[in-house]
Amino acid sequence: MSTTTLAVLVPLLPFLGAVAGLLLGRTAPGFVRPLAVLPALAAAVLAVLVAVRQGGGPALDAATELTPTGSVPIELSLHLDGFAALTAVLVATVSTCVQLYSTAYLREDPRYPSYAALVSLFTSAMLLVVYSGDLMVLLVGWEVMGICSYFLVGHYWETEAARSASLKAFLVTKLGDVPFLIGLFALAADTGSFQITDILGSVAAGGLDHPTVIALLLLAGVAGKSAQFPLHTWLPDAMAGPTPVSALIHAATMVAAGVYFIARLLPVFTASRAALLVMAAMAAVTMAGSALAALAQDDIKRVLAYSTVGQLGYMTGALAVGDRGAAVFHLLSHGAFKALLFLGAGVIIHAAGTNSLAAMARMDGLARRVPDAFWTMTIGLLALAAIPPFAGFFSKEAVLVAAENAAAGHTEAVPAAAGWLVLASGVLTALLTAAYATRLWLMAFRGRGAAAPDHGRQPLAMTGVLWLLALPSLAFGLAAVPLADWFDGGQLTPTAATTVLGTGAAAVGALLTYGLWQRAVAAAAAGSYRSAEPVPASVAAAESAAEAPEVAEVTHDHPAVPAGPAPDPGRALLGPLYRHAAAGFHLDAVYDRLFVRPVRAAAGLVRFLDREVVDTYVGGAGAGTRLLGNLVRRAQTGNVQSYLSALFAGAVVLAIATAVLANLNAGS
Amino acid sequence: MHLAYPAVLAALLFCTGLYGVLARRNAILVLMSVELMLNAVNLNLVAFDVWLRDTLHAGQALTLFTIAIAAAEIGIGLAIVLMVYRNRGTSDVDRLRDTAESREPDTTGTTGTARPEVAA
Amino acid sequence: MTPASTALATAAAGAAERGFLSPTGVEIAFVLVGLATLGAAVVTVTTRQLVHAALWLVVALGGIAVEYLLLTAEFIAWVQVLIYLGSVIVLLLFGLMLTKAPIGRSPDADSGNRWVALGVAAVAASALVWVVVDAFRTTWIDLDGPVQGSTQVTGEVLFRHWVLPFEALSVLLLAALIGAIVLSRKDTADTAAAPADATDQGER
Repeated sequence: MSTTTLAVLVPLLPFLGAVAGLLLGRTAPGFVRPLAVLPALAAAVLAVLVAVRQGGGPALDAATELTPTGSVPIELSLHLDGFAALTAVLVATVSTCVQLYSTAYLREDPRYPSYAALVSLFTSAMLLVVYSGDLMVLLVGWEVMGICSYFLVGHYWETEAARSASLKAFLVTKLGDVPFLIGLFALAADTGSFQITDILGSVAAGGLDHPTVIALLLLAGVAGKSAQFPLHTWLPDAMAGPTPVSALIHAATMVAAGVYFIARLLPVFTASRAALLVMAAMAAVTMAGSALAALAQDDIKRVLAYSTVGQLGYMTGALAVGDRGAAVFHLLSHGAFKALLFLGAGVIIHAAGTNSLAAMARMDGLARRVPDAFWTMTIGLLALAAIPPFAGFFSKEAVLVAAENAAAGHTEAVPAAAGWLVLASGVLTALLTAAYATRLWLMAFRGRGAAAPDHGRQPLAMTGVLWLLALPSLAFGLAAVPLADWFDGGQLTPTAATTVLGTGAAAVGALLTYGLWQRAVAAAAAGSYRSAEPVPASVAAAESAAEAPEVAEVTHDHPAVPAGPAPDPGRALLGPLYRHAAAGFHLDAVYDRLFVRPVRAAAGLVRFLDREVVDTYVGGAGAGTRLLGNLVRRAQTGNVQSYLSALFAGAVVLAIATAVLANLNAGS
Repeated sequence: MHLAYPAVLAALLFCTGLYGVLARRNAILVLMSVELMLNAVNLNLVAFDVWLRDTLHAGQALTLFTIAIAAAEIGIGLAIVLMVYRNRGTSDVDRLRDTAESREPDTTGTTGTARPEVAA
Repeated sequence: MTPASTALATAAAGAAERGFLSPTGVEIAFVLVGLATLGAAVVTVTTRQLVHAALWLVVALGGIAVEYLLLTAEFIAWVQVLIYLGSVIVLLLFGLMLTKAPIGRSPDADSGNRWVALGVAAVAASALVWVVVDAFRTTWIDLDGPVQGSTQVTGEVLFRHWVLPFEALSVLLLAALIGAIVLSRKDTADTAAAPADATDQGER
């Protein structure tokens, strides 16, 4: 089989798996698991095969036109280069892992068939986005992902949180998609094609008339999909979905689609310095803000969600300084270790029976209960904190190197300000990232208190997947040297300066957190001597509070409950910022003020207009007719003579009119 | 003779009959007024026939037919009036108002006149 | 040129010579009888005594018969006298009696519709008179020459050209006869209710 055929099969297999899963889900439950796992596995194998065949060589293009579509042709086309091949491998691998993990994680869920089918469909859509060489076809995959995400986030639709979270995810991403679509059209109007290769050729020839407008429009869509400030708010809420979904969609793939899209069309963005500056600022705010927010979250999944937002900020930052190699490199390594972290978090949540870090901090020996999760999570967190020699270190260093290059003015077409911005925020975020990674690790695995509940051994499907994903988290960084050939050929290896800077920041963050934690533990221990048995009540409170972060915050800040607050280094580290960071810097409240309330007020106005104004007209029409009817009814006296009088009067009037008219006509 | 004389006379007679039809209360008087109108038409027919010197004398023939039809009409009309009188006890036209729209749209209440005793 | 059109031409020529201010004897007689007829008709529709109305109708119809004579339509005049004066009036009087019409002045002979009726009639009359005068003020009827409405002429025309309508009319008359009988005859089925009703009305 040719490489093209293989590449076509990669998105097609999960799609067929999804269709079959949806059709057979009810009638043949036995087939659901194979139908979920096997297409994903086959797609992963094929994706690897495609990557091997492509081998980082020149881009491979294949296109077929289904039907004429007017002035701008839309073709089913493939564009296989190093980025596409490797990203597809990541997507297919993570999706296979997630499907395997889900068979165990959701083994008792009655809606598992539809869940698995949707995950397959989602995988297929993401692979379509990755391989597509036509922006319209890419958009199809992009939107299918959006709707799949909506369904998957709302998987536990019985809970209010999941319902509103799925709606929020859908609305916020669509909010970005509208300008995205307009941007695509503007791009096609400028370049006369939806083909990525044609567009890039046209951009290289300087054929882009409005680069800034187009880049900013596209950036809005990317911000929605990749959860960048200010459209990132849906991602932490989307954690209401099942944990594997968080791992797949909200860590490794869907959010990566935006970054991947920019990487594909990077020349379009570098054509506008303003767009690059905006992107850099966006990345900087996203990175720093999300890292601060992550430091204050209580829900383990929300910590990881904010961390995802931050890591995506790194990727966007790399793109803002014009280095897509570094961006996709970080995308790949982040996809691996973040999927690992989420799946590990799923195991921990299973074991601890709660999402709350504070509750975990009061459990003893959680690490012993889930040793596989403990070790792999440790690897993942080290990778996240960018400690050498884990994968995250290399990819993050690649980003920082690119930023440093841009700041030093070595990169053409990239403003130095963007480079400085990304570099500064990147180093700051490295510190914060190490801090919250340490905090997560300490609170989850170094808790003191009652023994953790024993739920027995975790299934092999879950733990095995963790080790599978731990491998790339450990060693993917070593691929930095050969990987450079797959991308644009830029240097991906760390330099001494950034290494010292980044690792130093990370070390400082980690050590600071550890120290603060020690103090907090000591203080808590001193406090807990005074109270006899406060733990069960506060655990219950924390559990109930896990669904609503605001309530959790209130509970934890309550000084009247002794030993209620778990030893939390984040609180000490952030100080007065803690409260705001825990609420995501009140961005939701701001949106509520800015958009939700005006919309509600407008809806109220419309409702008033409808009820009071429009209905009045409608009612008036009815009442008027009724009134006229009553008048006409009065004429129906039953007296034949009055009827006849009216008849004759009319006839006479007509006759006179005729006579007068005839005279007039005769006279004229 | 001027044609205007019989024509104007016919017109005036017709309008007199019209007034009678519209203004009289008793049904038999209404029938009389109808006779007046018919006669006005007859007069017109005869006058124009004479004026036109029609070889077929269509005007006169139609006048004869009209007279016959008027006789038939008066017979039937009187029979109807008699029957109405027998059933309702009155032959006043303006008291036969069963087709009037009732005040209340939903109830088929009685109007000003008494409901007919169901005899026929 | 058809005879009718020649008559039209000659009549137009005659009318041109004769004005309204120099009437012939026939015209004077016509107008006088016409005034009497019209007066009788007006009294017929306005009088408050029902039987008088019928009797004034006799005058009006008789006047019209005279007008027929003046228009040389003899046969129709006699038919008018025979049928209208002879039978229709009698029928109407019978009808008045059978419906127990009050003898003497009845104040409610006119309905409340009379002013509307008056308006409609007046407007219709003025319009008609205006149109008729406007159209025919110069038209002249030539009454000289052979009598056009003699019994012989009418009979010939009627039974030569108008036989079929005549026979159809006889069927109509028969139908009317039967219908009148059916309508006015007292049904034996409702003898239980109708006579009591009739006596009840009679006592009132």
